[in-house]
Amino acid sequence: MNLRQFLAEKGYRDNPRRLAEDLIHLVFLVLGLVAVGSVLVITVYLVVSGLPAIIKIGPAEFLFGTRWASTAAEPEFGILPFILTSIYGTAGAIIIGVPIGFFAAVYLAKMAPKSVRDAMELCIGVLAGIPSVVYGLVGMTILVPGIRILFGVPDGATLLAAIVVLAVMILPSVINVSLTALQAVPREYEEASLALGATSTETYFRVTVPAAKSGIFTAIVLGIGRAIGEAMAIMMVAGNVANMPSIFRSVRFLTTAVASEMSYSSGLQREALFSIALVLFLFIMLINAVLNVLKTGGRNK
Amino acid sequence: MKKFIAIMLVALAAVSAFASGSSEQSATVATDGSTSMEKVILSLAEQYMIDNPGVNVTYNPTGSGTGITAALEGRCDIGLSSRALKDSEIESGLNQTIVALDGIAIIVNADNPVADLSIDQIAGLFNGSIKNWNEVGGADAPVVAIGREAGSGTRDGFESITGTEDACVYSQELTSTGAVITAVSQNPGAIGYASLASNLDQVKTLTVEGVQPTEDTVKSGEYKIQRPFVFATKADTPLSDAAQKFFDYCVSADAASIIAGAGAVPTAE
Repeated sequence: MNLRQFLAEKGYRDNPRRLAEDLIHLVFLVLGLVAVGSVLVITVYLVVSGLPAIIKIGPAEFLFGTRWASTAAEPEFGILPFILTSIYGTAGAIIIGVPIGFFAAVYLAKMAPKSVRDAMELCIGVLAGIPSVVYGLVGMTILVPGIRILFGVPDGATLLAAIVVLAVMILPSVINVSLTALQAVPREYEEASLALGATSTETYFRVTVPAAKSGIFTAIVLGIGRAIGEAMAIMMVAGNVANMPSIFRSVRFLTTAVASEMSYSSGLQREALFSIALVLFLFIMLINAVLNVLKTGGRNK
Repeated sequence: MKKFIAIMLVALAAVSAFASGSSEQSATVATDGSTSMEKVILSLAEQYMIDNPGVNVTYNPTGSGTGITAALEGRCDIGLSSRALKDSEIESGLNQTIVALDGIAIIVNADNPVADLSIDQIAGLFNGSIKNWNEVGGADAPVVAIGREAGSGTRDGFESITGTEDACVYSQELTSTGAVITAVSQNPGAIGYASLASNLDQVKTLTVEGVQPTEDTVKSGEYKIQRPFVFATKADTPLSDAAQKFFDYCVSADAASIIAGAGAVPTAE
């Protein structure tokens, strides 16, 4: 098409500002599509590179096989130990991390004096900003020997060490999201409860917390998302042996299974690592779906 | 608008001129094989390509067996093997040239009283048949075997020399030599292995069958936990010019410091 004709047709010739406006729209649309495009590319790439190995190995054998020996003379690719470890590890981190984070958030939102709250919020901010490799390093040099001495096990690089590290790592997101939810509860709810003669503790736990319920669930799901996707810190403290999970055994997570073998992998082993990534990806998608349901559920109320 | 199009045209012309200029007269040397030799071959290739612009050295990390087959079938110029060629492989028409040796140190915690082990004892400690250090003259403490991840060249080398392939019962599988050394330095019952070229100050290096692992004992063959890094080439067909030059460079004394820098013991004097 002729450029001049095109400009006239769209009315740009008479109105150059409209041209600028439309161009800016276009630029922003392209920038927005970068994120969408990345998700699409990653999804397609993972499915394309992850599915062949699952088919070659056999879906049942892959998902429910209990032995992973990727470089053995007769290789076996069973990832049930990794799946269970990821589930147990995440569950453990939630069991330890969520109560701590939740009560900390209630304290910060409702009870703490301003100076204490400012100091604690600063610390939580720092905790959120610590790179995961630093968590791993501290875990490796303090927590792992600590567990060995405290529990009298031969080696401290265990599922327990990973759970403790993950529990600390999810604290900032659990605290911050719960805190925002608690602070968003209208003051009138609490005043009504106090006016009816309830003590302040009763008010916080019977009125404020139920009112902030969906926000607190969101915090928990975010914590799960963070814990299940963490690799670096875990790799340094969990020992990375493909055992079936047990609290005092060395274990390997879905994330660390991919990360630890990727650098020297080849052939079916490499394809199987992509398949593990695909399984992990599905887990994360599931968690995001739950998160979305929670968010919309909270809005409707 | 015209100006813009003009600029675009100029840019396009410049890019195409640049692209066509750089693709002239390049020779390729294809290597294929052992993943353990990755660091050595890539360091050599990098230096060689800096010194000889226009030559492209490629490396395909497939494994020693595949590399040997590839050399035999002419799919690559130089096959890389981290074990000596078998007689059958040499008979089928391959030459082997040892370019470097790889020594693997056996390390224990600095507080461990054990100072020397035989290869059988080392195998036992790693495959789980020896569970307590007092069985090999140490303190009454459980054995904690720490190794590398599946696919690691050091693990592959260690397990093939001690005959513990797929049989090791590890407490930890770590992804770097440094992590193994740190883990061993922190656990009094730990035993691990690491490339001889790494910094082993934090841990105690054991003698194996009475021999201290050093560059000299590896070179003389007295230290047992070692393996050769081999270039496999076809015996009847000569290498291409570019490949022959790269080959000569790798076995020359000039390459020795590069090989040493990559963690192996060079054989050239």
